[in-house]
Amino acid sequence: MVTEKDINEQIAWAKINTDVLESMENPRPAFWVTLAVCVAMVACAVLAEYIQYTEGMGTANLNNPHMWDMYIAAFVFWIGMSHSGTLLSAILHLIHADWRKPIYRFAEAMTTFSLLTAGLFPMIHLGRVWNLYWVLPYVSDRGHWPNFRSPLVWDAFAISTYLTASMLFLFVGMIPDLAICRDNTSGWRKKLYTVLSLGWVGSDRQWRHFRKIYLLMACFLIPLAVSVHSIVSADFAMSIMPGWHITSFPPYFVAGALYSGCAAIITLFILLRYFFRFEDYMTLAIMEKTCKLTFAIAMVWTYLNLIEFASIWYGHDMYNKELLIAKATGPYAPIFWTMIFCGSVLPFTLAFQKLRRHMPTMFVVSLFLNLGMFFERWMIVAPTLSMSQEPHQWDVMYGSIIEWAIVFGSFGWFGMLFLIFVKVFPSVSMYEVKEMVFHRKRSAGEEDLARMTDHSKPVTQTTGGEGA
Amino acid sequence: MSLDNILNHWSDYRKGSEEGGHHDYEHRWAMAINLDICNGCNACSTACYAENNLAVVGKERFEKGQAMHWLRIERYWDQQDKDYPEQGASFLPMMCQHCGSATCEPVCPVAATYHTPDGLNAQVYNRCIGSRYCSNNCPFRVRYFNFYSYYESAWPEPMEQQLNPDISVRDKGVMEKCTFCVQRIRTAKDKAKMEDREVQDGEVMTACAQACPTSAIVFGDTMDENSVVSKLWKKHQVERGVYAKTKLAKKDKDLRGYRIFEELNVDPSVMYLDRVREDI
Repeated sequence: MVTEKDINEQIAWAKINTDVLESMENPRPAFWVTLAVCVAMVACAVLAEYIQYTEGMGTANLNNPHMWDMYIAAFVFWIGMSHSGTLLSAILHLIHADWRKPIYRFAEAMTTFSLLTAGLFPMIHLGRVWNLYWVLPYVSDRGHWPNFRSPLVWDAFAISTYLTASMLFLFVGMIPDLAICRDNTSGWRKKLYTVLSLGWVGSDRQWRHFRKIYLLMACFLIPLAVSVHSIVSADFAMSIMPGWHITSFPPYFVAGALYSGCAAIITLFILLRYFFRFEDYMTLAIMEKTCKLTFAIAMVWTYLNLIEFASIWYGHDMYNKELLIAKATGPYAPIFWTMIFCGSVLPFTLAFQKLRRHMPTMFVVSLFLNLGMFFERWMIVAPTLSMSQEPHQWDVMYGSIIEWAIVFGSFGWFGMLFLIFVKVFPSVSMYEVKEMVFHRKRSAGEEDLARMTDHSKPVTQTTGGEGA
Repeated sequence: MSLDNILNHWSDYRKGSEEGGHHDYEHRWAMAINLDICNGCNACSTACYAENNLAVVGKERFEKGQAMHWLRIERYWDQQDKDYPEQGASFLPMMCQHCGSATCEPVCPVAATYHTPDGLNAQVYNRCIGSRYCSNNCPFRVRYFNFYSYYESAWPEPMEQQLNPDISVRDKGVMEKCTFCVQRIRTAKDKAKMEDREVQDGEVMTACAQACPTSAIVFGDTMDENSVVSKLWKKHQVERGVYAKTKLAKKDKDLRGYRIFEELNVDPSVMYLDRVREDI
């Protein structure tokens, strides 16, 4: 099999600029339809939240054993979704996997916006949201501190740190592109980009500083990404409830996070490729690599799932074991098995090249992978509450229309923020695609040169991609 | 506000969390509930509603599991078999167990639930933000959340006149639970202090214990060695802290005392006395 090129290296730098700038002006009509659907979903959620806020949390059908339900499942889901943006932008940056370059920008935006979505859920689910700031250690004249032993306080720290860091990383990585936008636009866009590009002119000195800070932030972000989801898993693992108090939860959560994030990247990849006619940049070869990465992570997730089941099964903790059996055979069994099917069986479609290259199939598959991951979070939260130690309080609960509306609305909220972002900011990194093209062209050229004269010296290194 | 104030509170806080709550107890209020004479009449639960301003939520919300009964009678039907043809139901009054190492306390993000020097697991309504983590981490599931605002529906005029003025009416978004009738404990302690004496055994009685027609519920201070409740605990060899000791004691048929979920090591303050069954 001939190795396919990630990108056509003959593509001209000027064309890259025009294509990406064009995308911000003139998307396909489907973009506007999707945006309208997202806004409508948000409107429904706002209405539902208004009812819940004025009436009380009971409108979500929450009850005594089910104090948490889909809100927390959705919280974990959205936190998880954010991780793959970091994987693509920071980890793959460090290991010099340059195929990430055309797709990392929207992945990093996905990180920021899914964190903003996740951050809503602790507020939505809180009984007295107007006192939310009490979880922060502000200096109070009554000498009150939050309870630093509580994983919820750790959450507040971890998520706000991660959100700040990933927003900065997204912004810093975009500065050279913002300068290109500044130079090629007029009107309000020009004003916006002038402020945001921070006076970027593309001098050597600026590039040097830029590289350093970008690398530094990438290094800073990776441990954060791992710790955030480990801390989210501590919400469950630090409790004494069966099905929650599980040692393998931190790696399990991180793997699940990368998994759902990668699946979401595939979804958004296909959407953006269509909306903005990015066929030259978001190529099938890059799609294949993303799919392979997703497949690998899916297998890690499956393995950690099996570890969890095995350790419960052979651990002989009565409550845990009963709960595991109840998950597989009880009222939640259809959801549990859907999760297993979507999470562990369906990713095998990613192992076939024919399917990987078929965009509609991949679109549907990636949505189902994320459905499985949503169910995974739900199956962590709900069954434990249904069947904990106290049999008198056993109960099965399904959320009300209010709860479903808010959970669905969160997808609209994410979609709305994301679509507005890709319309206003370049969703393909222009300067990095230029770098990629430049380096690939040169290495191809060197090969040709080496074939002709094997004693030729390599060309002197230059910092590639002076974009602006 | 002075820097001293912050630093003092900070060291208090740190001391508290490192040593796992209070160690210098003034009292350790506890219960002994004799299941052999409990007939499941629900008088205790009713008394609790009256004493603690518990909202009646209505049939529909009760069925949804949104009731506010701090004290519930759990009813378990015995399985019939050859040796025990007809056993009927067993009743178990279940309220907050005021665990010595309560699992609800460390998880609250704002420390709204904490351990008092009286050995009570207290809930500060004003501090609660309604994250409901405490209830999730309670193996007994005895914490009740105000899913709605009940003030108008549960006590329409003139029924608000019957509210107990000693304690607040909680609004929506706040967690609440059995307090061992902390307002009665408070009153008795204040009275004893005024008269410059210790609180006597029997001086504090919870509403449930007071209402129980068979006197199945005994309430008292286990730090007072002569109280009825500590004598009962001693008689049935139920001790605070160590699980293994009480487990050994179960070999003797006359030792009927046990604490629920003792294997979780949460150190509950309620001892139950097993029901005596006749061998048929």
